[in-house]
Parts: sequence; structure tokens; C-alpha cells
Amino acid sequence: MHECKCKRSLAGFSSVLFVVLSLVKVFLSQSPEAACLSAEDISPSSNGPRDDDPDDLFAGVDGGSVSGQSRPQSGRVRPLAGPDEEENRDTFDIQISVSDPEKVGDGMNAYMVYKVTTKTSLSIFSRDEVCVKRRFSDFLGLYSKLASKYMHMGYIVPPAPEKSIVGMTKVKVGKEDLSSVEFVEKRRSALERYLLRTVKHPALLKDPDVLQFLESSELPRAVSTQALSGAGILRMVNKAADAVNKMTIKMNESDAWFEEKQQQFENLDVQLRKLHASVESLVCHRKELSVNTASFAKSAAMLGNSEDHTALSRALSQLAEVEEKIDQLHQDQSYADFYLISELLGDYVRLITAVKGVFDQRMKAWAKWQDAQVMLQRKREAEAKLQYANKPDKLQQATDEIREWEGKVQQGERDFEQISKNIRREVGRFEKDRVKDFRVVIIKYLESLVHTQQQLIKYWEAFLPEAKAIA
Amino acid sequence: MKQTFCVIFKKESSIIAVDSISCGPHCLMNVDLQTDATLQVDISDALSERDKVKFTVHTKSTLPNFKQNEFSVVRQHEEFIWLHDSFVENEEYAGYIIPPAPPRPDFDASREKLQKLGEGEGSMTKEEFTKMKQELEAEYLAIFKKTVAMHEVFLCRVAAHPVLRKDLNFHVFLEYNQDLSVRGKNKKERLEDFFKNVVKSADGVLVAGVKDVDDFFEHEKTFLLEYHNRVKEASAKSDRKIRSHKNAADDINRIASTLYTLGTQDSTDLCKFFLKVSELFEKTRKIEARVAADEDLKLADLLKYYLRESQAAKDLLYRRGRALVDYENANKALDKARAKNKDVLQAETTQQVCCQKFEKISESAKQELIDFKTRRVAAFRKNLVELAELELKHAKGNLQLLQSCLGVLKGDT
Repeated sequence: MHECKCKRSLAGFSSVLFVVLSLVKVFLSQSPEAACLSAEDISPSSNGPRDDDPDDLFAGVDGGSVSGQSRPQSGRVRPLAGPDEEENRDTFDIQISVSDPEKVGDGMNAYMVYKVTTKTSLSIFSRDEVCVKRRFSDFLGLYSKLASKYMHMGYIVPPAPEKSIVGMTKVKVGKEDLSSVEFVEKRRSALERYLLRTVKHPALLKDPDVLQFLESSELPRAVSTQALSGAGILRMVNKAADAVNKMTIKMNESDAWFEEKQQQFENLDVQLRKLHASVESLVCHRKELSVNTASFAKSAAMLGNSEDHTALSRALSQLAEVEEKIDQLHQDQSYADFYLISELLGDYVRLITAVKGVFDQRMKAWAKWQDAQVMLQRKREAEAKLQYANKPDKLQQATDEIREWEGKVQQGERDFEQISKNIRREVGRFEKDRVKDFRVVIIKYLESLVHTQQQLIKYWEAFLPEAKAIA
Repeated sequence: MKQTFCVIFKKESSIIAVDSISCGPHCLMNVDLQTDATLQVDISDALSERDKVKFTVHTKSTLPNFKQNEFSVVRQHEEFIWLHDSFVENEEYAGYIIPPAPPRPDFDASREKLQKLGEGEGSMTKEEFTKMKQELEAEYLAIFKKTVAMHEVFLCRVAAHPVLRKDLNFHVFLEYNQDLSVRGKNKKERLEDFFKNVVKSADGVLVAGVKDVDDFFEHEKTFLLEYHNRVKEASAKSDRKIRSHKNAADDINRIASTLYTLGTQDSTDLCKFFLKVSELFEKTRKIEARVAADEDLKLADLLKYYLRESQAAKDLLYRRGRALVDYENANKALDKARAKNKDVLQAETTQQVCCQKFEKISESAKQELIDFKTRRVAAFRKNLVELAELELKHAKGNLQLLQSCLGVLKGDT
């Protein structure tokens, strides 16, 4: 009894909300910037430099993950020949690198421009090697286009890196300090990984928007990536509507595979977030350790200076030197912690959100199919009623409508099956990539740990005779 | 000499943990002391109860002043402090470096953590709880061992000192097998102490300003002042460093647990991978924690100890300086008395007393300061060598674990 009440009130609430949201959508679709509900976002060439990264209330553009290439080397990718031809692995490849961040303009209107270099032997590209300049919003624009084209088909579209007000403001203001340099490097690396993951996807690689992004020297400004633009608000509204819908759609899952996979991704999400938090904490503590070791080294050197026993004084100075080298070691290790593991985990947390989004799309497709069936049923009932009432022209109309809805039901079923098939394939590909990514990164990370220990051994072995020499 | 400890944590009436550990050779705090058969003192056992620690002081002696050759008594921290203070207040010992008093056993932080863990028991899994409990117990144990070592070092130093070892209070401390009825200082007494210290430091500055004729002492004065400050700084910085190290080790612990969960849940080939890496991190974390603990023992404790010892040496110099000023004042008074020809005898006696006092202090002080340097150099040498050896041992252990795990993981692909 109680359950029914809840569902009714929830349904009531959601329908009210839905009405409100549709009204908002209609209102916004009349604004000049948003041409249609799917929010395509090309506007004619810019009128001067615009603000990058303004307030973004919904920062996370969700999406997929890239193989964890952390160092500024370009990544080699071997995409599959086509979506259904997993067996044909042509050995063609593509290298993409994002480099040379440059600040353009100054003050609050400044932005960073990155050089994107593509080296490839693929025929779909017009040249072997292309260099273009892109800014951050261009990347967001690319993701936005790809998401609107492919997500509803069940493709896992890799998400672009997140916006960051704090980071960008520091860069704009022109602080040349360590944190803004680190921020730019972090972003550069993230953008590179994003592009690599995108072209790894066989369908996305061939997409004209991707090609245009990588090749054409002039790219129309993606203005609707800004949060407070009409398109931005539309995005917010859509997200809210989706969340509401998710609450109300109760799907009858006939395929156990989907249920199992969804649960697995749910669990994976929880654990990866936990792991990410722990690794971020480790990065922070290691940085702290490095700073504290450096300050201890200084104090040990001072102590050595004031010590009046010569051999001991020398040994203390040596200790100070060892500690200084160790502090550098800790710092390097913390960079490895960060760029190898932490960023990978962050990417995967966002990717899993994209995967979950794709499952949600399937649910939407199912709901659409079910709604069409309900509609068809209603039309049939209406037709049956009209048959008794004996109104021949309305009857004709009713029959036509029945045919129309039968078509829609069939289409709904086909779409649903197609998206289910796509998702199965995508998830398979995703899992393969995930296994590879994690393996590669973890092995690299362990190797960095090995290096640190080897260095430590070297330093302490050099110190030991000095300590023993104290007489 | 082996020590066994019984650590009992009592929370209300329920016992949280009971542990019995035996320790290797005593004096974790390596102070180089002559092992003299005539008087050997150590702490053979210790018990940690709610808010106090009971040390079992064990003595072996061939000296005639004791009734038996071997005996034990139970002492608490306040009784150690009483003994130390009795040395400081004794005028006879003004010319010696009084071994610094051991610091008060401080389990507050650890106890708080244990309590918080008990309260949060419901919110974590059984394995996590057991793991954290074990770690906290290990931490408690480490602090416990340290405080025992500090108290033992104090007694050993007294026993090794040619003059202090004969002190009557010391013998009572060692032998009297009932409570010494020494209470901690009450508020009034502590306030008095505080003011005394203020006066003393003001006086100390005054006295230090007087230039010493003797080069040796002048040099020692400047040296000790600077050294003491630098040791203080180094000690604080090393504590911070070690704390960061412990924090990093804790993070690795959490990472290991999460990897384990991931390993058990994952449906792909990664599950074995994660499990292996989780196992590796569990082991390396233990090593990292040991590294932090050993650094604490060999470096941080060393610096803390010499902070206290250098203060004791400074105190000695102060007392000598004070005696010198008194002597010079007495000389001036004598001259004045002779000039006025009034109370000359009294002035002469005062002057003689001051002179004797000053010379006695100077003589023993010189030797004490030389001994201090020898002890210091030996202590640093021993500890730095041991530190380097331990760091090497742990780094090699870590390396081996990492390399063997890498070998397995690479072989799998």
C-alpha cells in the first residue's frame, strides 16, 4: 500500500517537473544560440578572444578513458578497421601529441593555446603530419559534438578533461609560480590522453568532426561549451530531466548480462573513487615528506656546522647532503604517483560515468519502445470504439494512425536491439582497453618505485663509510 | 640482558589487548656506558596501566652498601623526577652534568586514537578494524618501549658516574622496596618552579655576559649555546619528517586494501593483477613503517636526547658562571673591607668559600665537558652507522619485493 503511494507521488512529482523542464526547453530553443534540442554548438568565427572556462556549474563532461600515456611522448594507437571487424587488425597507426602551451592575450581574457601534432599513415587523413593550434574550449566542443552524435547509439565516448576555474585564473593572472606551471602541464597531459582515447575508438576516428579537429587550421569557436550560454543551460536542463527520468523508468530487464554488467560497473565505480582518493592523499603526503626532508637536511647541515668535532661535523654535513638528495627523490616519486596512477584513476572514474550513461541510454530506448507500444494499444482501442460509433472518415484516420504507431513500435524495438548490441561490443572493447591500461600503468609505476629504492641504496651506501669514519 | 614487557591496556574493566614482548639488549638509546660489575642497573619489566607506567628497576651490585647482591623494586615516573631534582638541588653536585630527567610517558595521543577506533568500530569492516587495531597497538608498544629506554638510560648514566653513583638518594631509590611517597608537584610548587626558572634564565643571561678568562670555558660557552639551538631545530624538523613518512605509509595501507577489494570484484584478468599488487603494497607498507620507526629511534631520539644533555651541560656552565661571579664579588667585597678595615675576617672567609667552590666546580666541569664531547661523538657515530645500515637493509628488502612482484606481473602478460 505504502509503496504504491510512493510511486504515485513520485510519478506525480516527476510529471510536474517534466512539464516545467519541457517548458524551459521550449523557451531556450527559441534563443538564438541553441538551434535545436541536441545543442550543436558551432557559431561563426569569434569576435575577439573570449573568456575560457567561465563558471561551470556542471563541470564534468563525462566520457571515456585513454590509455595512460603520462609523459609528453605522443601515443601510438592501433584502432580497429571497423566496428564489426574485430578480427581484421590492420597495422596502421596514428601518433598524437599535445605540446607547447602558449599564453595568448592577458588579464582575464587570456587563454592557453596548445599545439596538436598528428602523425599518421592512415588514408583518411589528408597529410602524413599535421600541426594545428587548439584551445581548451575546442576540445570541449569536440566532445560535445561527439557525445550528441554517438552516445544515444550506445557508443562510449571518451570524456574531455574537466574545467577548472581556480587553475585557469592563476594562469590568466600571470603567476609564473610552480602551481600554475603544474596546472598547465597537468592539463596538457590530460588533453593528450583525451585525444588518444578518442581516436582509439574505431567509429570516432572516422568521424568528420574529429578529422576536422585534428587537421583544419581554423576551427570555428565552440561557444556553447560555456556554462551560462543558452546551450549550457539547455545541457543543465537535459541533465536534470535525465535524472528525473531515471528515477521513474522501471525497466524489465530480460537480459541478465546487462544487469550483471551494470552491477559490476557500479562496484568498480565505488572502488576506483576510493582508490583515487587514497592515491591523491599519498601524492599530497609524499610532497609534504619531500618538503620536510629538505628542511631537515638544512637543519642537519647547520648542526654539522656548529659541531666542533671535525669528523662528526663532516659526517653530519654528509647526512645533510644525503637527505637533500632523498628529498628530490621523494618529489620525483610523488610526480610519478600523480601522473601515472592518480590521473589514470581520475580518467577511469569519468569513463565509468560515461559507461553508466550509455546503459541509461539503453533504458531510454527501451522506455521509448514501451511508450510506443502503449500508444499503439490506445490507438487500437480507439479504433475499436470508432468501429461501433460508425464514423467512416475518423475510422480511416484511426487506421492510419495504427499503422504509423505499428511502424514506430517496430522502429523502437529495432533501436533497442541495436543499442543493446552496440553496448555489448563497446563494453567488450572497453574492458580490453581497461585491462591493458591498468597493466601498463601499474607496471610502469612499480618500475618507478624500483628506481627510487635503487637510488636510496646508492645514497646510503655512499654515506655509510662516512659515518663509520667518525673517530 | 633481556627484558620482558607485559603491556596491558585497560579500558574500564575490559582488556583491549595484552602483549608480551621480549626486547634485545637494553639501551635502545645508545649511550656509551662502561659496563661495570660493581653496579649494574636496568629496567627488567614494565607495566602500563590506565594512566601510569610502573617500571621494575633491577640492580646487581657488589658494593657493600647494599643489603643484597641482586634486587628489584617498582618505581613510577614521579620517583625518577624526584631523584633527578635531588641531584640538581644538591650543591655538592654543582660541578657535574646532571643526567637529564626522562620525559614523562605520554600515551595520550595513542590512547585517544584507540578510543576513537573503539567508537568507530561499527562503521568499518571486521578486517579493517582488526588491521587498524593491530597498528595502533604496535604504535602504543613502540612509545612504551621508548619511554622504558629513556628511563633506563637515566639510571645507567647515574650508575656510571663516579660520584653520582654513590649518592644516598640513589641507593634508596634502587633498594627501598616500598613506595617512596613522592608526590608530583602541586600547583603552588609548579608555579614556584616557573618563577624560579624565569629568574634563573634572566640570571643566566647576566652570567653568560661575563667574559671568562679561561679559553676552554669561553669556547664551550659559545659552542654549547649555538649547538643547543641547532639540535633543537634539527630535532623538530626530524619529527615532522618522520610524521610525513608515517602518513604516506598509512596511505599505502589504504591503497592496498582497496586494491584487494578490486581484485576480488573484478571480472577480467585484472583480478589476479590487483591481488598481487595489493599483497605487494601490504608488505612494502610494513617496510616503510619500519623505516619511519627506525629513523625515529636512531635519529629523532638521538637528537632529542642530546637536546636534553646539552641543556644539562649549559646548566653546568651556568652554575660555574654563577660561582665565578660570586667569587669576583667576594673579592671586591674583601678589597672594600680591607680598605675600610671592617669585617675583614668575615669577608676573607666568604672569599675563601667562594674561591673553593669556584675552583671545585671548574675542575670537575672541565672533565665533565670533555666526557660529554666523547659521549656525544660516540653516540652519534653509533646511531648514524646503525641508521645507514637499517636504511640500506630496508631499501634492499623493498627492492627485492618490488622486483620479484614485477617479475611475476610481467611474466603473466
